[in-house]
Amino acid sequence: MNAPAEVLLAPELRRALIADLRAALPATAVLAEAEELHPYECDGLSAYRRLPAVAVLPESVEQVQAVLRVCREHGVPVVPRGAGTGLSGGALPLSNGVLLGLARFNRILAIDPDNRIARVQPGVRNLAISEAAAVHGLYYAPDPSSQIACSIGGNVAENSGGVHCLKYGLTVHNVLGIKMLTMDGELLELGGASLDGPGYDLLALMTGSEGLLGIVIEVTVRLLPKPERTQVLLAAYASVEQAGEAVAAIIANGIIPAGLEMMDNPAIRAAEDFVHAGYPVEAEAILLCELDGTNAEVSEAIMGVRELLLQSGATEVRTATDEAQRQKFWAGRKGAFPAVGRISPDYYCMDGTIPRQHLGRVLKRIAQLSGEYGLKVANVFHAGDGNLHPLILFDANREGELERAEAFGTAILDLCVAVGGTVTGEHGIGIEKLAPMCSQFGAAELEQFHALKAAFDPAGLLNPGKAVPTLHRCAEFGRMHVQGGELRFPELPRF
Amino acid sequence: MTDRTRELAEQVRQAGIQRTPLCIRGGGSKAFHGRNSQGEPLEMAGHAGVVSYEPTELVITARAGTPLTEIEALLAEHNQVLPFEPPHFGAGATLGGMLAAGLSGPRRPWSGSVRDAVLGVKILNGRGEPLGFGGQVMKNVAGYDVSRLMAGSLGTLGVILETSIKVLPRPAASLTLVQELDAARAARRVLDLGRQPLPLSGSLYHAGRLWLRLCGGEQGVAAARQSIGGEVVQVPVWQAVRDHALPFFQTESPLWRLSLPAAAPDPALPGDILTEWGGAQRWLVSDAAPEAIRTRVQALGGHATWFRGHPPDGAVFHPLPAPLLALHRAVKQALDPLGLFNPGRLYPEL
Ligand SMILES: Cc1cc2nc3c(=O)[nH]c(=O)nc-3n(C[C@H](O)[C@H](O)[C@H](O)COP(=O)(O)OP(=O)(O)OC[C@H]3O[C@@H](n4cnc5c(N)ncnc54)[C@H](O)[C@@H]3O)c2cc1C
Repeated sequence: MNAPAEVLLAPELRRALIADLRAALPATAVLAEAEELHPYECDGLSAYRRLPAVAVLPESVEQVQAVLRVCREHGVPVVPRGAGTGLSGGALPLSNGVLLGLARFNRILAIDPDNRIARVQPGVRNLAISEAAAVHGLYYAPDPSSQIACSIGGNVAENSGGVHCLKYGLTVHNVLGIKMLTMDGELLELGGASLDGPGYDLLALMTGSEGLLGIVIEVTVRLLPKPERTQVLLAAYASVEQAGEAVAAIIANGIIPAGLEMMDNPAIRAAEDFVHAGYPVEAEAILLCELDGTNAEVSEAIMGVRELLLQSGATEVRTATDEAQRQKFWAGRKGAFPAVGRISPDYYCMDGTIPRQHLGRVLKRIAQLSGEYGLKVANVFHAGDGNLHPLILFDANREGELERAEAFGTAILDLCVAVGGTVTGEHGIGIEKLAPMCSQFGAAELEQFHALKAAFDPAGLLNPGKAVPTLHRCAEFGRMHVQGGELRFPELPRF
Repeated sequence: MTDRTRELAEQVRQAGIQRTPLCIRGGGSKAFHGRNSQGEPLEMAGHAGVVSYEPTELVITARAGTPLTEIEALLAEHNQVLPFEPPHFGAGATLGGMLAAGLSGPRRPWSGSVRDAVLGVKILNGRGEPLGFGGQVMKNVAGYDVSRLMAGSLGTLGVILETSIKVLPRPAASLTLVQELDAARAARRVLDLGRQPLPLSGSLYHAGRLWLRLCGGEQGVAAARQSIGGEVVQVPVWQAVRDHALPFFQTESPLWRLSLPAAAPDPALPGDILTEWGGAQRWLVSDAAPEAIRTRVQALGGHATWFRGHPPDGAVFHPLPAPLLALHRAVKQALDPLGLFNPGRLYPEL
């Protein structure tokens, strides 16, 4: 339902495109055979697959510029790709386009401990930065669960978060500068090694732009000193609402934990079966609360948090006694997606964010919807910042289940918008959430996004059809939300 | 406490029809900041009021004309603060002006900037259309981040109507230490401390004295005080440096803001220098030629803003390379196609 229409290049156009790319790049950098192209047919949203017309794997800025030039000359679209772990189809190839793989840009260019920055190429894996900085006692804070695989270029393009972003922020808060290429092949530097750059904050605009505004070819990230001590608490609750209230109580008491994660009963059970973390499987919800800082800071905070958890009705509060146990507590949470993957042939991960005060209400409604759609759901979420990841369980081999799962997911996202939240907290729109975008934004905002896109890429060749729906697409989706008595997109025909 | 969106939108549409530029005015506290701009005034002061504030959500939403003092007072009632400590530079400072100026105070390197704290905005674009971007939640990647684009745009991209800002609990304890050190040693000391996990929240060096601020829990601050050493100061300097009330800033000579990599060496420019932000923000009072200052600062990997004492039509902000300036023009065009808002305030071409 969501995938953009498949348009093939005419064979002679494709041949000419490949010939021009081969002329500009080393032989191993141009992939045109079907079997070479298969690894690039999808990203982490694997329900959607297609082969690109051709894939290229350049390894220098000049080579990327050459690719962009050839694409401009042929009027062919370009889809950038990092590690392909994206969950919204942002890196889904276009069958009439070039897939631009950045995996060969995999060098850490500099680690500068005094300035506490690292300069890296976009294909460098997220975790590799922290590994390289560790000798200096430093690390890169944003830690998506996919951090062993995902690339920093992809992180910038998605503005990725992680379990520690409550305290340390998202990618946008931890990137100081980028070098990028516009579709015109112009090399631009935004920000750098200082804390701000002159002019408009185009770095913020680029962060989370899903490959639609430019190609990120170098990233300067901020590094932080590794905390002296890290400690995690696990609290069990007899209801999800109570767990939600505990989160509010911690924050109301002036404590910002490094991480504050919640799982509901189905997620707890799946995770426990998978990693044997010792989770209380009878609990309706568990909270994981991580505190970090100096020894003194952690000692002080941990007492307070323990007290608050008990006051908020926790049936049990455990403190990890050593690093091994801390890792174990986290293993269940970090392995929640694959754990759910074991109990269901397929699952569909949603990513809405809501103001935390509505947590109980939203979860109740999700449970109702689960009954209505006849599909089970397990909930894991970044409770501290209200970012929900309901995992909808389905079987794609059963007629109509994928569609039902998607409809269920869309209903959840509409619910998030209705309570004042958003349809995506960290996974991006891609092709997946184009329809819900039409309920979150009005026609004027969507048009403004398109105008901004055109400022960077007037010909519309960079990752077209992703991230921002056209007004016609919204009309096709039939998503005419009536707000304040006014029909949205009144100027468009109804389908 | 009124919503004046309709009137403001009407004024923008009229300005569009007549092709008359507009000068957006909040409290006027930062009127000195940036280049001179000519146009009909668009007054934001009446468009004021807190729209929503739920302390446990760590978010406040208010209209642009709301006085910053009012916001800070309300947060204080709930033991919360704006973590980026925005400079007021005058009694009338408003929330919209704070965002448009994009300036942050002493805590910035440790707790983020204005731009980092922005979660959402409502704006009027150059067509007078009210638009909403971002929202009130911490994590939101739907659509391009137009909210943060507003930070530091000095009103040249749109009329900021309303904004949602992330707030933080006020630290339970706060303490300022001072030490006598020469410049080179102080710079080294600050870099070394920066590499350790300490609850730092401010650094200031001038004329042989280094001030450091610690913020956090009682015990955490007490322990860090032991390991850092120095004398406890009873009268903190942070608000005075934030609002340029220190004697250093009382000068007829040009004042420059140098944004540099924290470890960049002393730029060795003539004049007096005051260093903040662990080395990343340095204020320079100097009569040196603007060109010389800019060339030197750029060579060190930073950029220089002629903050005060510049000619009205002079180059205030660091010049942009031609391709980047072209992109700035295209972005301006996308939001304000008729060039109505604060023309020339940031760069003559915008
Ligand atoms: C098991 C699992 C767990 C995950 N957990 C998290 C999580 O905790 N938090 C989170 O935020 N995300 C998470 N994700 C999602 C995903 O890992 C992130 O979105 C990640 O940032 C994508 O990086 P990538 O290198 O794989 O990018 P890709 O998937 O290759 O691309 C993502 C998007 O970025 C664009 N892009 C990639 N590189 C560039 C570049 N150099 N220049 C311009 N555009 C580019 C692509 O066109 C595409 O639109 C998870 C995914 C999986 C599979």
